[in-house]
Amino acid sequence: MKYLFPILSVLTAILLAYALYEALVVAPTDAQQGDVYRIIYYHVPSAWTAFLLFFINFIASIQYLVNSKPAAKAAMKWIVIAIGVGGVIASFLPPVQKLLPTGMRPSAVATTVLLIPIFYFLVGKFFPGDRLDMLALTTAEVGVVFCTIVLVTGPIWARPVWGIWWAPGDIRLTSTLVLWLIYVSYLVLRRFSSSAQTQLLAAALAVFGALDVPLVYFSIWFFRTQHPQPVIGGGGSMDPRMLHVLLISWLAFLCFAFLVCWSRFRLELLHREIEEAHAMESLAGPGVAAKASLPLTRSLP
Amino acid sequence: MNAIKFLFAAYIATWLIHGIYLGTLVRRFSRLRQQLKELQKK
Repeated sequence: MKYLFPILSVLTAILLAYALYEALVVAPTDAQQGDVYRIIYYHVPSAWTAFLLFFINFIASIQYLVNSKPAAKAAMKWIVIAIGVGGVIASFLPPVQKLLPTGMRPSAVATTVLLIPIFYFLVGKFFPGDRLDMLALTTAEVGVVFCTIVLVTGPIWARPVWGIWWAPGDIRLTSTLVLWLIYVSYLVLRRFSSSAQTQLLAAALAVFGALDVPLVYFSIWFFRTQHPQPVIGGGGSMDPRMLHVLLISWLAFLCFAFLVCWSRFRLELLHREIEEAHAMESLAGPGVAAKASLPLTRSLP
Repeated sequence: MNAIKFLFAAYIATWLIHGIYLGTLVRRFSRLRQQLKELQKK
């Protein structure tokens, strides 16, 4: 267990290096865009990773909110099961399929819907009590980093391809910027609010903030936008060799995000332990509190 | 040729952002380590 983090770090570094090699050397050059299209191997996996992290943040925030009321907790459990089962069945019904945008596969919708109960119960099982809040904070912070990369690499790609850095009013670009701003405001709230209700307020903000994620994703189908069609889930088409490299790149970024989240989570754990020790010290006197409350063996990675 | 500059700019920007964030994590860890030492001394 002690060596797990270093071993995973080395493996992730190798995977990232391999993904970089695949992106720059192995992936074929795009006939229209030339080599600049290779930016997607960082841009798209970063976006997917940010969405996944915001999704986990959403799940953790909901659980944190409902955990404060037992009745709401029990009700939410059944609501989530109903969403999962109902959503999967509904996505294969012909009337619902007619409502789906052109190119969107029902299987992609069903998989996405199924992730809601899976993540809900996994998060609830492995992150009990206050750890839900710590997970929400961790995923929001790392998600903002990945979303920042999306917002930086997107315009760098757009300049040579579209001829402009940013398309003002474009729904995909604007909704992504709004998503980033929502989670930045979430982090600002967490950082500067000293109220006892901060965690609940942040959880409520995160639940509503996450509603922007589907808007960002589906904006391509429902609105006129300059942004290219998605490469997975329908709509766009992509050379299988390019898709292969894209998936390798995403796997590498997912592993990297997992390690960063792990570090950030342990940092938060240590931070709260020290805060608790300080609080106990002020009540019980120096020395006693620090020794009693700090499990020093697990405090540092 | 000019497009290659944009490609490398995007890749460098990505790792620069990750590097800055990892740097802040390391800095926060060191600060907490220091606080931990002070608590242990007490």
